[in-house]
Amino acid sequence: MDTENISLLKGREKQVYEKKQGGAEIDIACDTTSLSGSVSQRACVFCGSRVVLYPVADAIHIVHGPIGCAAYTWDIRGAVSSGPELHRLSFSTDLQEMDVIYGGEKKLYHSLIELIDQYQPNAAFIYSTCIVGLIGDDIDAICKKVAQEKGIPVLPVHSEGFKGTKKDGYRAACSALMTLIGTGSTEGISKYSINILGEFNLAGEAWIIREYYEKMGIQVVATMTGDGRIDAIRRSHGASLNVVQCSGSMTSLAKDMEEKYGIPFIRVSYFGFEDMSKSLYDVAQLFPDRPEIMEKAKEIVRDEIRQYYPEMQKFKTALTGKKAAIYVGGAFKTFSLIKALRTIGMSVVLAGSQTGNKDDYRRLKEMCDEGTIIVDDSNPVELSKFILEKEADLLIGGVKERPIAFKLGVGFCDHNHERKIPLAGFVGMYNFAKEVYESVMSPVWQFAPRKGGLL
Amino acid sequence: MTSMNTTAKTATQNACKLCNPLGACLAFRGIENSVPFLHGSQGCATYIRRYLISHYKEPIDIASSNFNEETAVFGGSHNLKLGLKNVTQQYTPAVIGIATTCLSETIGDDVPMILREYKAIMGDVPQPIMIFASTPSYMGSHIDGFHSAVRATVKTLAEAGPKSDVVNLFPGMISPADIRYMKEIMEDFGIPYVLLPDYSQTLDGGPWGEYHTIPPGGTTTKAIAATGSASASIEFGSTLEAAKSGAGYLEENFGVPRHSMALPIGIKASDQFFATLERLTGTTMPEKHMDERRRLVDAYSDGHKYVFGRKVIIYGEEDLVISMASFLHEIGVVPVLCASGGKSGQMKKRLLEIIPDMDELGITAREGVDFVDIENETETLKPDFLIGNSKGFTMSKKSELPLIRIGFPIHDRFGGQRLHHLGYRGTQELFDRIVNTVIEQRQNSSDIGYTYM
Repeated sequence: MDTENISLLKGREKQVYEKKQGGAEIDIACDTTSLSGSVSQRACVFCGSRVVLYPVADAIHIVHGPIGCAAYTWDIRGAVSSGPELHRLSFSTDLQEMDVIYGGEKKLYHSLIELIDQYQPNAAFIYSTCIVGLIGDDIDAICKKVAQEKGIPVLPVHSEGFKGTKKDGYRAACSALMTLIGTGSTEGISKYSINILGEFNLAGEAWIIREYYEKMGIQVVATMTGDGRIDAIRRSHGASLNVVQCSGSMTSLAKDMEEKYGIPFIRVSYFGFEDMSKSLYDVAQLFPDRPEIMEKAKEIVRDEIRQYYPEMQKFKTALTGKKAAIYVGGAFKTFSLIKALRTIGMSVVLAGSQTGNKDDYRRLKEMCDEGTIIVDDSNPVELSKFILEKEADLLIGGVKERPIAFKLGVGFCDHNHERKIPLAGFVGMYNFAKEVYESVMSPVWQFAPRKGGLL
Repeated sequence: MTSMNTTAKTATQNACKLCNPLGACLAFRGIENSVPFLHGSQGCATYIRRYLISHYKEPIDIASSNFNEETAVFGGSHNLKLGLKNVTQQYTPAVIGIATTCLSETIGDDVPMILREYKAIMGDVPQPIMIFASTPSYMGSHIDGFHSAVRATVKTLAEAGPKSDVVNLFPGMISPADIRYMKEIMEDFGIPYVLLPDYSQTLDGGPWGEYHTIPPGGTTTKAIAATGSASASIEFGSTLEAAKSGAGYLEENFGVPRHSMALPIGIKASDQFFATLERLTGTTMPEKHMDERRRLVDAYSDGHKYVFGRKVIIYGEEDLVISMASFLHEIGVVPVLCASGGKSGQMKKRLLEIIPDMDELGITAREGVDFVDIENETETLKPDFLIGNSKGFTMSKKSELPLIRIGFPIHDRFGGQRLHHLGYRGTQELFDRIVNTVIEQRQNSSDIGYTYM
């Protein structure tokens, strides 16, 4: 395959690394804003805030700006709710030219009053978009005023798209959550309790995880933000431990809660048998005065793995020797996916993320095999180049990566917001293996040009 | 006319429109070897890519100048130039289609000036052609962005020359399948033509053996240059004003007569389109298309009883809604509400031209509405089904009404890019789907289990 003519952009060389024997130390230049003109797979600050807060289902989410930002994020995540579904509605102040000239504060105020009256939410999140950062609307003042009038928390989220990267959006979302936390009663919260952080309940994943913990005898105070509820968030400072998944988005909240409320936190991952089991053990270990918690954790792991093991062997037999490329949002997920793929016999030839940090990439290098490409904030041209060069059989990514794989005749697994099948937990690992199997082993690739099909 | 239960709302809830730059990106994808480039935040490009990919199922690269805080304070000149340079290096495009966003418009970046500076800096190094469209997201909707990009394209590339036989076709925002069908018609008439923009292959193409930075296909720059010396332009879009359109620009600046007409949906509108082609070419309609027309007329008789008197709500871009209303009217379906998130101020007027007694027939039109407005109307208007894009699904589920998916976006069904809407062929497809919706509804609601319907 001729990919020689595909070059890296100047300014991108430091975000791509190939692990080679005797090669240089990894020093990926991450944490930077995307290069102008590079077709980054990242979004913006607003996107970061929006994905984190999106699953809070009994709040209304109002995007203050022109229509696009609200229209493109309407019902965008597969984050499900067991009750109210206000999060699946899209509200925008839909700013027009005159609002840009004269300011959008009045429009925001009236929108808020009307929407709160109409939907009776338990809180409102107001996202500021690029333009709000320019026209200087004082959204904090409006939020304060409406909160007073309506008696519910009205929280500004400072997520102007251009003011940083997606990670800054995570931070803005976490600081909005932080203003809620500590405002509710902690009555009835057990000593053996946790908050689940960074689990967004895509396809009901938070329910699966919650059930494991509850089986272990641990009380789950709040999940942030999957199947999220304002009241649960408000009293989450009563939990004894924060268990953080998707470390990219939620670590800052865990740190803030540790500082303010003295709640320790651990980082976990629910993807793959290995990491899923470790998560339960790690949590159980932190409650040593109740050994039955660990006993129960072991029992869950044993039962679950026993249930799925035979089927998994079938997948492994078929998939052994196949090669995968991973390009997802957070680096932490990449670690789990590498391990999960190994359990089904697959190796990883490309591993990357939109938002990893230096530590993440160092760890990634340690985990990867020789010859693996490691990328930060990649783009379609690079991804395709490496997929072809490394002859990957599978790409794991999100909606924007999917057509790259399919055009090139490569299998694909959606590990992003839009998935409809849970991939977390033990059952999630089974689903993952099944999905990978169904895509990689599909007979349709025989017609793909790179497998000898006609152009 | 506004309906009884119009509520004055301040916020837009579940918008029935998209933003201006999306349309521009789509149009720029229809030029050969071109890269759309958004001058604004990274998020705009990424969200729009994601939105388009979910419909077209094709890689869609849109570059961005990636504004940061300094850019917003000191202007986007540096980022735009660096971005153009990088896109040129990585994509080696023939054309870069630059569209603005709310951000770059609000800070007042003078893009044409920046482009001149950039060219001056690059000196003798050959550069891609830069097309610039102003598409502030706080004005209009995606359809305005689409037309601005088309107009900007002919403005940049069209050349004067001795009059040719070429006929320009500006079909507007139609499906790749519709584009292919339009091209087939032009070829069957034997007319030299330029269709702009042509994303029929770039957004609905075959498999790749190697990675293409830019997918094959699209209207060539050479063809676009020839639009200036064409004998005529045909342009679809009932509410599209000459002052904002590609054909309008060519008429004003190159004297190419503009034949503006509605999107040809239904027999009458399609007849008008074919009649225009006959007039422009002096050729009668090829037998193949006469045949398609005959089959359509025959299908109308076979299916008329299923559809007569059915009530429907249609929504989407104004031009699509108007043309759909015209088609539905000719088969006896009553479009009780013609709704759009767009606000041209012309929808009612155009509808009256087609259906003068629309008020008496109970046909209403509303511009600038969102899905919550439309949903409220379903309660009083009690339609039998809904016709529009995928975004009406939430409402259709809640109101338990079947949804016939047309136009863009179709995110919850397969093959949206391959749906036909235009001409006899597209009308046939639409008619079949409407009849089948009624049949399915009847079959499902009956306990008997009819096996012949």
